[in-house]
Amino acid sequence: MRFLLRRLAFYAFTAWAAITINFFLPRMMKGDPITAYLQKHQSEFNPEAIDSLRTLFGLDSDKPLIQQYWDYWGQLFSGDLGRSFSKGLAPVSEVIASALPWTLGLVGIATIFSFFIGTSVGTFIGWRRGSRADYVVPFATFFSTVPYFWMGLIVIAIFSTRLGWFPASHAYDKGSSPEWSWDFIGQVVAHGTLPALTIVFASLGGWVLGMRNMMITVLDEDYVTVAEAKGLSPQRVMTRYAARNAVLPQLSSFALALGFIVGGTLVMELVFSYPGVGKLLLDATNAKDWPLMQGLFLVITLAVLVANILADVAHAMLDPRTRMMES
Amino acid sequence: MTTETLLTVSDFSVVYDVDPPVEAVRHVSLELERGEILGLAGESGCGKTTLAYGIQRLLKAPAVITSGHTVFHDESGEDIDINALDADAMRAFRWDKVSMVFQGAMNALNPVATIGRQLEDVFLTHRPGMRRAERREECAGLLDLVGVGRERLRSYPHELSGGMRQRVMIAMAMALRPQLMIMDEPTTALDVLVQREILEQISDLRAKLGFSVIFITHDLPLLLEISDRIAVMKDGVIVELASALDLYSDPQHEYTRRLLASFPSLTGERGDFVRGSEPQAATTEASR
Repeated sequence: MRFLLRRLAFYAFTAWAAITINFFLPRMMKGDPITAYLQKHQSEFNPEAIDSLRTLFGLDSDKPLIQQYWDYWGQLFSGDLGRSFSKGLAPVSEVIASALPWTLGLVGIATIFSFFIGTSVGTFIGWRRGSRADYVVPFATFFSTVPYFWMGLIVIAIFSTRLGWFPASHAYDKGSSPEWSWDFIGQVVAHGTLPALTIVFASLGGWVLGMRNMMITVLDEDYVTVAEAKGLSPQRVMTRYAARNAVLPQLSSFALALGFIVGGTLVMELVFSYPGVGKLLLDATNAKDWPLMQGLFLVITLAVLVANILADVAHAMLDPRTRMMES
Repeated sequence: MTTETLLTVSDFSVVYDVDPPVEAVRHVSLELERGEILGLAGESGCGKTTLAYGIQRLLKAPAVITSGHTVFHDESGEDIDINALDADAMRAFRWDKVSMVFQGAMNALNPVATIGRQLEDVFLTHRPGMRRAERREECAGLLDLVGVGRERLRSYPHELSGGMRQRVMIAMAMALRPQLMIMDEPTTALDVLVQREILEQISDLRAKLGFSVIFITHDLPLLLEISDRIAVMKDGVIVELASALDLYSDPQHEYTRRLLASFPSLTGERGDFVRGSEPQAATTEASR
């Protein structure tokens, strides 16, 4: 428990630092894209929106710095991240909220699947080292070294254009709008299958290889020999003794992968025209939509932090030794 | 009772199938009496551990058992040919009849499971009918028996010292009241004081429970003290097998004599202790 509190304090500090940097960054930048934009489009903004943008981008230099900082925090807590220039001046938080579920859902589920499948396969071929199961390794690594966009295009060409099994792009059929109906959920699943499959295949090799190598290392440990000498069943030795220890380093990589989910997989979202965060960030950059970019950076930073917290908790639960260590 | 045979190893050979092949154990034959402590001595790499693992059929590729039989004469009067058991029967045999205490006290316990869980594993596998409370009590009793204490059931290995971990291993080895315990350098990683305590404990427990021990070590003086009989091994062959007293007072084989001479005596003359043929004493004298 004390371990957890200490970690949480550490993460609270990191989050504070990240947000503070986000506050100072535009104030230290040369040039001022916002004022120019505001002057051009003054009539479209209401005074409140202009105020909020001035706080976010440090144009309120008439106020003392402490006051600016205070206002900035107040704005964050009320969920106001400014207005997006390129999305018809919609609130940034709403624009992000409309893209986030797609990315989280698709890339998140794909990453989790990939981790579990890859780790299980790795466990098995590590356990049966030197057997024919080892042939899985070159296949898995082949898929992760193939350029992703190329694999995406091939998959579209085969399963969408040629066979017509799955739609090639977007998150749901044209003309329908998000709602909680079986029909719509079916559409989302159909549209998500190809992107999810390609993500799984592209990342599987890393998990398989990592787990297999750890298994081989752990299998040489004395406690595995002891477990065998104790007459335990092979399944028990494999899971409780070998895999249980070999999976620990995998967790750290998994946490990193989880953190990067929110950043979106830009290439995937481009190839499949998927309306996720990665595409949003690209659009924002192209349109010089500063408020949206700033908002996205903040969300991505916080997501990485949350993923790290989860990884820490999981690590603490699975490895008693980390609980002892000083933060 | 004491003259009854417990284990017969005949013509046992193990080859490591690498290039060039290594004959780690060559045509070893020995008999173990019930209740006896048999010491197995020899330098590093002479095949002591390979022999012990071979008896339990724990060797992994590239090691291959090329010849020989190990017959275990069970209490019930049944003779079990260990080499003829299938995989399931072998697993059931392990630990139940013959348990082991391993070399590395520090790494022999699974770091992510509590001591209690690892002790319970033995009962879960070999005594599936046992009730949970019974199992707990049995594990707690074992830890009490070796002086670790039942309050350690929920400890993780990293929370224990090396000596305590080795005691836990001994407790685990005794869990099913096996008739033979193979101890592979059980005290080598420990300092002499802890080593002493553990050895006394093993002798006490053996007196109480009456199991046989094959005690493997390179430490011949230690064996002289605790064993009934000692086998001296060199290059995969047992060169001499005699009672501890005979071996000490009247070593037959040249190698045994050298092994005995390689340990310094507390009361001996200065310069008495010379390893190999180099005149070590002279060089130390000169550098002074």
